[in-house]
Amino acid sequence: MSRPLHFILNRREVQAQVPAGQLVLDYLRETRRMVGTKEGCREGDCGACVVLIGELQGDAVRYRAVTSCLMPAHELAGKHLVTIEALRGPRLSTVQQAIVEEGGSQCGFCTPGIVLSLTGALLEHSAPLDAAAVKTALGGHLCRCTGYRSLKAVRNHLADVPRGLEGLVGAGELPAWFSGIPARLSAIATSDTDSPSPAAGQHYAVAGGTDLYVQQGDDIATSSSVEVLGTRPGLRGIRSEPGALVLGPATTFEELAESPDVRAMIPQIRAYMDDIASIQIRNRATVGGNLVNASPIGDVTILLLALDTTLTLESRSEDPRRVGLRDFYLGYKQLDLAPDELVTSISISRPPRGSRISWEKVAKRRTLDIASVNSALVMRDENGVIREATLTAGGVAPTPYFLAETSAWLLDRLVSVQTVVEAANLAQSEVTPISDIRGSAAYKRLLLRQLIWSHFQTLYPDRISFEALYREAAC
Amino acid sequence: MLKNIDGALHVRGEAEFVDDELRPSNLAFGCVFGSPVAHARVRSLDISAARRAPGVLAVILAKDLPGTNEVGPIIHDEPLLAEDLVRYVGHPLALVIADTAAQAREAARRVRVELDELPPILDPRAAFDSGEIIGATRTFAIGRPDAAWPDCRHVVEGRCDIGGQEHVYLETQRARATPLENGRIRVLTSTQSPYAAQKHIAQVLGLHNNQIEVEVRRLGGGFGGKEDQATHWACFAAVGARIAGVPVEVVLRRDEDFRHTGKRHPYSADFRLGADADGRIVVFEARHFQNAGAAADLSPGVLERTLYHGTGSYRVPNAKLFAASCRTNLPPNTAFRGFGGPQGMFVIESALASLADSMRVPRENLQALNLISPGDVFPYGQVVEDRRTRRTWDAVTKKVDLAGLRQRVDAFNATHFALKKGFAVMPVTFGISFTTTFLNQAGALVHVYTDGSVSVTTGGVEMGQGLTTNIAAIVSRALGVQPERIRVENTNTTRVANMSPSAASSTTLLNGNAALAAALEIGERLKLVARRETGSAAKAEVEIRDEEVRIDGRPTGLDWQALVSATYLSRTDLSAHGFFATPDIHFDKRKETGRPFAYHAGGTAVTEVTMDCVRGRYSIDAVHIVHDIGRPLNRVIDLGQVEGALAQGLGWMTVEDLRYDDSGHLMSRNLASYKVPDAFFMPDVLEVDFLEDADEKLGPFGNKAVGEPPLMYGIGVFFALRYAMKAFAPRAEIPFAAPLTPERVLLGMHPEALDSAEVDPEALGPAAHS
Repeated sequence: MSRPLHFILNRREVQAQVPAGQLVLDYLRETRRMVGTKEGCREGDCGACVVLIGELQGDAVRYRAVTSCLMPAHELAGKHLVTIEALRGPRLSTVQQAIVEEGGSQCGFCTPGIVLSLTGALLEHSAPLDAAAVKTALGGHLCRCTGYRSLKAVRNHLADVPRGLEGLVGAGELPAWFSGIPARLSAIATSDTDSPSPAAGQHYAVAGGTDLYVQQGDDIATSSSVEVLGTRPGLRGIRSEPGALVLGPATTFEELAESPDVRAMIPQIRAYMDDIASIQIRNRATVGGNLVNASPIGDVTILLLALDTTLTLESRSEDPRRVGLRDFYLGYKQLDLAPDELVTSISISRPPRGSRISWEKVAKRRTLDIASVNSALVMRDENGVIREATLTAGGVAPTPYFLAETSAWLLDRLVSVQTVVEAANLAQSEVTPISDIRGSAAYKRLLLRQLIWSHFQTLYPDRISFEALYREAAC
Repeated sequence: MLKNIDGALHVRGEAEFVDDELRPSNLAFGCVFGSPVAHARVRSLDISAARRAPGVLAVILAKDLPGTNEVGPIIHDEPLLAEDLVRYVGHPLALVIADTAAQAREAARRVRVELDELPPILDPRAAFDSGEIIGATRTFAIGRPDAAWPDCRHVVEGRCDIGGQEHVYLETQRARATPLENGRIRVLTSTQSPYAAQKHIAQVLGLHNNQIEVEVRRLGGGFGGKEDQATHWACFAAVGARIAGVPVEVVLRRDEDFRHTGKRHPYSADFRLGADADGRIVVFEARHFQNAGAAADLSPGVLERTLYHGTGSYRVPNAKLFAASCRTNLPPNTAFRGFGGPQGMFVIESALASLADSMRVPRENLQALNLISPGDVFPYGQVVEDRRTRRTWDAVTKKVDLAGLRQRVDAFNATHFALKKGFAVMPVTFGISFTTTFLNQAGALVHVYTDGSVSVTTGGVEMGQGLTTNIAAIVSRALGVQPERIRVENTNTTRVANMSPSAASSTTLLNGNAALAAALEIGERLKLVARRETGSAAKAEVEIRDEEVRIDGRPTGLDWQALVSATYLSRTDLSAHGFFATPDIHFDKRKETGRPFAYHAGGTAVTEVTMDCVRGRYSIDAVHIVHDIGRPLNRVIDLGQVEGALAQGLGWMTVEDLRYDDSGHLMSRNLASYKVPDAFFMPDVLEVDFLEDADEKLGPFGNKAVGEPPLMYGIGVFFALRYAMKAFAPRAEIPFAAPLTPERVLLGMHPEALDSAEVDPEALGPAAHS
């Protein structure tokens, strides 16, 4: 028996034996019968199960909204789990009152999760929530009743509500006991940093779990050997080194988007993230998980594949080794990764000065949807002559795909409409899309052309116009 | 104004759903084993391994059912558990009861079935050609549809293919059944139709209705998906409880709900429209092929409403509308907000779009020209009685400055290459009443307790539509007391009997009026006592307002509490049962004419979109609506119904893309692959105005039914997107195929991509690398 899981559940400190792979959602609803948290889909797509996870950062606690249906309970170690049961004070909070006033709840099933996401946004933000912030908080939630107008209108009630933990407690928006959480967490955190030791049987290493649980949730829940990587020291964080950014593989998408170092390298990273998953998933999904998941359509994977990315792999028996991301994918869901190997760091070489980066994605629904095709281009020109180019695309091959021939063909060519059209045509000979639920092969081929065109139009708006591309293609 | 009466419970997470109830220690769980293929004869079913699995209490097959194995609501063609023939993927074959839900699921995986596969039929036209037709085909006709064609200057014809829609109620199907003394069963479930659940549980268990108690607290959304199809899951829980002898809960996971339950019906249709030189409709013909799935379910009723709304909001002097319900090997399709009406309206709107293309005139001009007026007759014989459709059209087109909007859109499109805007007007005229006339009845039970508090039970179900709040408002107003005094009880078959489903937009209309009748009856008794207590004359006018008795308008100091006490002490009944049946409705199915609807409800919407024509992505920029709500009963709730229905309509027309593979397996089988509108998808400009001066005499309190009609505003987005597509690719042929997904949009504007494609884009293989 490993040592009991130790965390704070709302106001109470909990020490309990919890199966390693059990979901936070099941722990709440089944084990504890705290039923305010709802299950709507068990795949992170509806937000009915959203809870807040508070984690010490220095002396303060940082709260993030996450879907409890994709989070292993063991990751709660040393953290503060906040559920709707914590928000049952003698009066409604402003968020709660605003939802009632605006008619933002109809059947009420999605409502508890929404209350937590909006409360989380107030904890998170320093400035008053603008329309975009409210929409982002609502983004991971499906409400089938309202049409969202009434939920977006909650913002109109929040102008005078303070943000941050102390402010919210001071205004009576959160129970007073919240103030004591940072100190209580630090007492736990220092005593509890071990990760459970792997046992026999099918072993699962869970990073964010946002895809692994969707695909193998029942198996993980009953496995006796689940390792939660998020609690393992050294796997998180972003470090700037000369010539490269080094990411811990358990770095989340949101951490990636927030990092000034990453923004310096990939200026549009925040905008890209708005088309990737939802805030509740980005708070859990990890960069390493996205790479190792090997989905041919991984959004962050396609971006890192276009950059010069190298992985460090470690195992118990062998010396660490390094492998380039472009050599990592061997076939559909096949990796150059031994069963006992773990990605322990991700190094992204800093592109040479003057490089430009573009990332594109088209999905059926713009937000929280899997791409039909995504693509990235990293390139550099000198006086309009292409000196470096790396083009990648997802959804067009069995693996996240580096279009080596097209990339090579682009070298030493002028950035021109003709070059772009020819490159997009050449790309067609490199890819092998298939028809599936994300789109027909014909659609994916067309999309690839459109996205390649879009890269250049975005990066060189003065030289490349869509009108000229269409004219050129028609010739 | 009264907000949602359960709002505080919702936001505190205290609102209880079926599986939130306290669990008895011996609660067991059920899981269904369903057919792995779409069509097959069952050679053998081996449940021995499942029986031996850990925690299993029972594995139940059709032969184990004590009563009749039948749950079809209209036609008796649907067994609860399949026997020798399976007709769709997921068709239930066995029910496993175990100590935990995980054990039940694990055991269900151990059921072995040997099948002789039969070819599945998935397409309604193919089913029709094979004679797989459910019930009778139907034809509505008016005027001289066959003789009118020579009078036409313009004739267009075409085809529509309309996708289905998954309900995505956030709360999946679920029920908990508890065995009671004397063989009775109590079932707590999430159904729009408690009586249907009661009746069918009694049938499959071989019991009487009075041995089954069905209770419904609230639904986490229904939208039609729990009108008939919640029955099955309530039956499974009850059968499990009966046979295993312990309380049994059945809760579907999302993927199970996707797999086992029916959806909005896909349709395929042919149309032909003839118009005079000005574009006035002379004659319209349509043939609707409904994809009913593997059993009748409610399909005949849905089919009927397709015909009722087959001419939309337009005057069609000569019409012939044919419709057939076609049996296929999909899960039985079922009620979904709009109930066949949306599909009918889509076809006439497509025909008008086609006519506008052909005549090279703005589509909205033809819509306006042909809009119904008083005295016009629908093909089913009902006469248009008011100008409300026109009034809403005028109000909203004035608000958005329709002519100016077209100019702005065209000017934008002329100056932008890759971005194009589009817009469309969508009028909706939707008949209110169950088209099965006898269902238009409701009962309610009102008690006033001696402390002045009030208990109300109706046959209606709270599913998020705000019924509870509406009922409380109606009763408080009728009795003259504060809404806080009113407790609206769970719906329960022992308190109100034989209730119709909460459906057809009529739940407040029927149950509100029934509750009103009961409250008024108690009110009359109270007034008799009030006269006596105040020593007033027999003809004095008594009114209870703000919890105080007024005689001839003057306050008396006799308050509600004292009046109720006096009434009780005088041995006067403080309870009443109320009943309501919609007056003046009838329909003759042999002649296919009558007055099936109490009235029509609807309005007009204008939808604006922007399309990124290079990437095939689009956004809905704005929807403006003027809606006829009668007199709002509760603005917040009425508004919520309009906006929520619109969202579902927009989703149905755009991103909600149900796909089955060639073997009948659902490919869009979870929320990762089936996308519904989210906060980003919905327009930031969503303005709904209610039509002024529009009281509806049937009420209650001047209010009109609102649940379904606004869904059909969503149809406008299809034509707005089509407008933008045509601005980019004027010569492209854009089929009337919904939903208009980003894929269809991009390929529609780049038809050459299909010519050069190596593979047929419609031949979608199994989902592989995603």
